[in-house]
Amino acid sequence: MSALVDLMDYDDVLATYDPVLGLEVHVELSTNTKMFCGCPTDFGGEPNTQVCPTCLGLPGALPVVNGKAVESAIRIGLALNCQIAEWCRFARKNYFYPDQPKNFQTSQYDEPIAFDGYLDVVLEDGETFRVDIERAHMEEDTGKSLHVGGATGRIHGAAHSLLDYNRAGVPLIEIVTKPIVGAGERAPEVARAYVSALRDLLRALDVSDVRMDQGSLRCDANVSLMPKGGDTFGTRTETKNVNSLRSVERAVRFEMSRQGAVLSGGGSIVQETRHFDESSGSTSAGRRKETSEDYRYFPEPDLVPVAPSREWVEELRGTLPELPWERRRRIQQEWDLSDAEMRDLLNAGAVDLIAATVEAGASSAEARSWWVSYLLQQANLRGEELAALPITPVQVARVIELVTTGTLTNKLARQAVDGVLAGEGEPDEVVAARGLKVVSDESALRTAVEAALAANPDVAEKIRGGKVQAAGAIVGAVMKATKGQADAKRVRELVIEAVSA
Amino acid sequence: MSNPVSDEITRSTAAELAERIHRREVSAVEVTQAHLDRIAGVDPEINAFLHVDGTGALAAAEAVDAALASGEAPASPLAGVPLALKDILTTKGVPTTCGSRMLEGWLPPYDATVTRRLREAGVVVLGKTNMDEFAMGSSTENSAYGVTRNPWDRDRIPGGSGGGSSASLAAFEAPLAIGTDTGGSIRQPGAVTGTVGVKPTYGGVSRYGLVAFSSSLDQAGPCARTVLDAALLHEVIGGHDPLDSTSIDAPVPPVVAAARQGASGDLTGVRVGVVTQFAGEGYQPGVLRSFDAAVQLLAELGAEIVEVSCPHFDYAMGAYYLIAPSECSSNLARFDAMRYGLRVGDDGARLSAEEVMSLTREAGFGPEVKRRIMIGTHALSSGYYDAYYGQAQKVRTLIARDFAAAYEKVDVLVSPTTPTTAFRIGERVDDPLAMYLADLCTIPANLAGNAAMSVPSGLSDEDGLPVGLQVMAPAQADDRMYRVSAAFEVARDAAQGGPLIHRVPDLAVTA
Amino acid sequence: MPAISRDEVAHLARLARLAVTEEELDTFASQLGVILESVAKVGEVAAGDIPPTSHAVPLTNVFRADEVRPGLTQREALAAAPAVEENRFRVPRILGEEQ
Ligand SMILES: [Zn+2]
Repeated sequence: MSALVDLMDYDDVLATYDPVLGLEVHVELSTNTKMFCGCPTDFGGEPNTQVCPTCLGLPGALPVVNGKAVESAIRIGLALNCQIAEWCRFARKNYFYPDQPKNFQTSQYDEPIAFDGYLDVVLEDGETFRVDIERAHMEEDTGKSLHVGGATGRIHGAAHSLLDYNRAGVPLIEIVTKPIVGAGERAPEVARAYVSALRDLLRALDVSDVRMDQGSLRCDANVSLMPKGGDTFGTRTETKNVNSLRSVERAVRFEMSRQGAVLSGGGSIVQETRHFDESSGSTSAGRRKETSEDYRYFPEPDLVPVAPSREWVEELRGTLPELPWERRRRIQQEWDLSDAEMRDLLNAGAVDLIAATVEAGASSAEARSWWVSYLLQQANLRGEELAALPITPVQVARVIELVTTGTLTNKLARQAVDGVLAGEGEPDEVVAARGLKVVSDESALRTAVEAALAANPDVAEKIRGGKVQAAGAIVGAVMKATKGQADAKRVRELVIEAVSA
Repeated sequence: MSNPVSDEITRSTAAELAERIHRREVSAVEVTQAHLDRIAGVDPEINAFLHVDGTGALAAAEAVDAALASGEAPASPLAGVPLALKDILTTKGVPTTCGSRMLEGWLPPYDATVTRRLREAGVVVLGKTNMDEFAMGSSTENSAYGVTRNPWDRDRIPGGSGGGSSASLAAFEAPLAIGTDTGGSIRQPGAVTGTVGVKPTYGGVSRYGLVAFSSSLDQAGPCARTVLDAALLHEVIGGHDPLDSTSIDAPVPPVVAAARQGASGDLTGVRVGVVTQFAGEGYQPGVLRSFDAAVQLLAELGAEIVEVSCPHFDYAMGAYYLIAPSECSSNLARFDAMRYGLRVGDDGARLSAEEVMSLTREAGFGPEVKRRIMIGTHALSSGYYDAYYGQAQKVRTLIARDFAAAYEKVDVLVSPTTPTTAFRIGERVDDPLAMYLADLCTIPANLAGNAAMSVPSGLSDEDGLPVGLQVMAPAQADDRMYRVSAAFEVARDAAQGGPLIHRVPDLAVTA
Repeated sequence: MPAISRDEVAHLARLARLAVTEEELDTFASQLGVILESVAKVGEVAAGDIPPTSHAVPLTNVFRADEVRPGLTQREALAAAPAVEENRFRVPRILGEEQ
């Protein structure tokens, strides 16, 4: 299918057009219960077992707002530097769709709980790009449909569909950016970095699982092109189903190339919903709507307005954890890193790992050294992200501790790490199983030294004669005899001691 | 084959029955059976009930009798008394149709809060009463299950939407009933059947389990043959419900005490406002004469009568027929053949979900419901919202302000409940606007969320049919209107030679 | 102005998912026109800066604790379904896109 789409060379697109982005991110809150009823929100339950009259849309049932969800919405708004509404209402968004039990979604319309904020996004080269936030509002998720009988399991060609309403009513926060202009060639990167930064932020706030693969964080990307230097936005498309950070970047890039080709060919862009296909990296048009949508929004009469007192808002501001960018600033200072060093750590995805290793007792210098040198090498060899290595910060900290206390040499430590990476267990188990311990038993070492001196009487004589550097040969022999598990420095001391005795 | 013992039971008030049941002079089962017999005898003629739950009712009555026999105190002042429930409140495992084909055969898996409170209070639910489809109408002619007939004249409508509830009272099929009132659906049927109907303050009775027509206007309330009975029922069903976000978190106003106080017959110091807008063209002369006589009686009871103008009430009808249809177009969207209720046109392959939805809604809804859904869809659509829905909500504010200004001068407001007495079946079915006029006087209280009730004022001198006096009170001051109504009721009976309800013509009982 | 055309009624019926008949289109067009003309009276009120009333009770901030409450069993949930398959509501094929 995608072969039929004309694409314009990316550089050519940028030579002629400026991209404009708009990102809509839906976040499922990790509250215990749904937005408007007491049903659990757990993922993956048996179909239609987490439902009640309210979330099934049964006649007569009524919604009651989950206070925790409002709290989470306000905290998200505050973390995004938003204003918090002094008074706002829920609204009904009316449209018929089988996954929507009431055939309206209870959402917020022109009175979002949070508005006018921004998120500073750090790009790969360390530059910061500010993404302005239009609004963050509360709403509810839909049920899930399973399409049966179609060749692809997709909606088209299906004979019928099966509905599970466990997800219906799960609290969602929709975060909408203002138009992102001026990103130019970095538009795809900005889109990805924004979603990534938002994910980190939501994780720090502990309000959502932010699992893109499970749909608890979903991104819709609006893309349009306007003639370079112009100020009138072009017609945009909205690409849905963008389920990973990498997909966000690819989808934006693809749409830019596709729209560039259409516009350059004298065509015009149709305002439409498009779907991103992970395997081909392309977007395709959804089914055209016969009539333009008219959601007939009106204030939800079953719910009363939300009017967060300023005291409550300030109290919630006080509960904000250290936010990702504050933490980065603090860490850079505490670890005494240059901007370039900090950027390298960020790009390597090492900051959290190092911080956790420090948390587990290691010094920041040691922790950093392990993660960005030996472990990064191992990750590169495996073609994996650093975080995907099968070793935990706690394990790394233990290895560092073993070195610091003299149980392992650096060389042995690397072998211990290799063992952990190979799945041989905890560092201590690897050390035991592989017999990696430094021989620190003094009498054993002394015996080995005596033996080496006896075997090399001429060398012993030289040392006695003052040629201390000749001790190296004896140390070497002892190290060989102990299979390298002795502390060479200590062996050397013992040799000198033995000769001068 | 009328039976004097059971006649005596079915013609008693709820308060009298409760007292006798609690003193164990008569059992709840006997009382329930007497009413079930009466229903079996007269309902083929009246059609007040869509579903009679004899088994459930007798079981509930037995439970009350057993509790009393074991020495327990009655669960409530109405324990053991039977009641007719409007078929718009959900009843677990008992059919709930809202008078619509759409919900034919639907067995709700849950009880409405009102239903639950009735059960917990030991009130015996006899069955579910007929109504205009989804409460849209003023005559029960919009029920998918046939019209209910007015016991005063069976060629006439019993009012609506809750015509079944009110007719069941006037036909002595039940001493108590529950209605719901969005624009007058409790008060207007009360007026035309000579019974008492109360629309409590919005938020005073939980809407959880009340199948929504217009959420910001709907309010469930008590129906009875006397003011005291209505008050007793009000206290059973009223009060805060955490399942309804619009439920008021405050104690129920002391309506029983107010009704008892009013029954002493003294209204000295009470200021009664007569709304000048509710008279003139469109009002039946006999209705206005009955109203004037009622105001005269109130003055004789010591009330101070004041004329009050509420200029924006003239726009109430327009605002109501924009707001209610708008909300209804959204509330009724859930009837789509996907999860419950009727499904039409599913051939297993060819027709899509969209087509099945449209075919089902076309087949399952009657014409009045369709009209209102379309009006509401129009009023909310982009380009029309500001002129229609938005403007209607502003008018709503102005009406509330008119009320507020009036209540600075008076304690309660009065008006006729309806412009006319019961009209003939079929007379207005093809003229929606004429039908809408039935709610002319009742709508303002819904828009403002205030309390209002209808108490019979007498019979219209030109047709001998009941007329209702509407008594309105500020939000959360429901007790005021009970006091005035109870006082009026005593004076009326004294002036007219006994309870009005006893003048309902005898119904032929089929054996 | 409130007169409403047959096409507009057809559009409303589509939005409201009502498969109305040709005959109904005519009836509804005339009835809706009359009703809209009557309710349009609200436009005569000068209400420029009057705040709209969406709720009849002056309540705000009605919240529920984030605690799980028992809901319906799977059986209860599916009991009224016109069709069930694999413990899910079975519905005819869906044409439109998800919103
Ligand atoms: Zn639920």
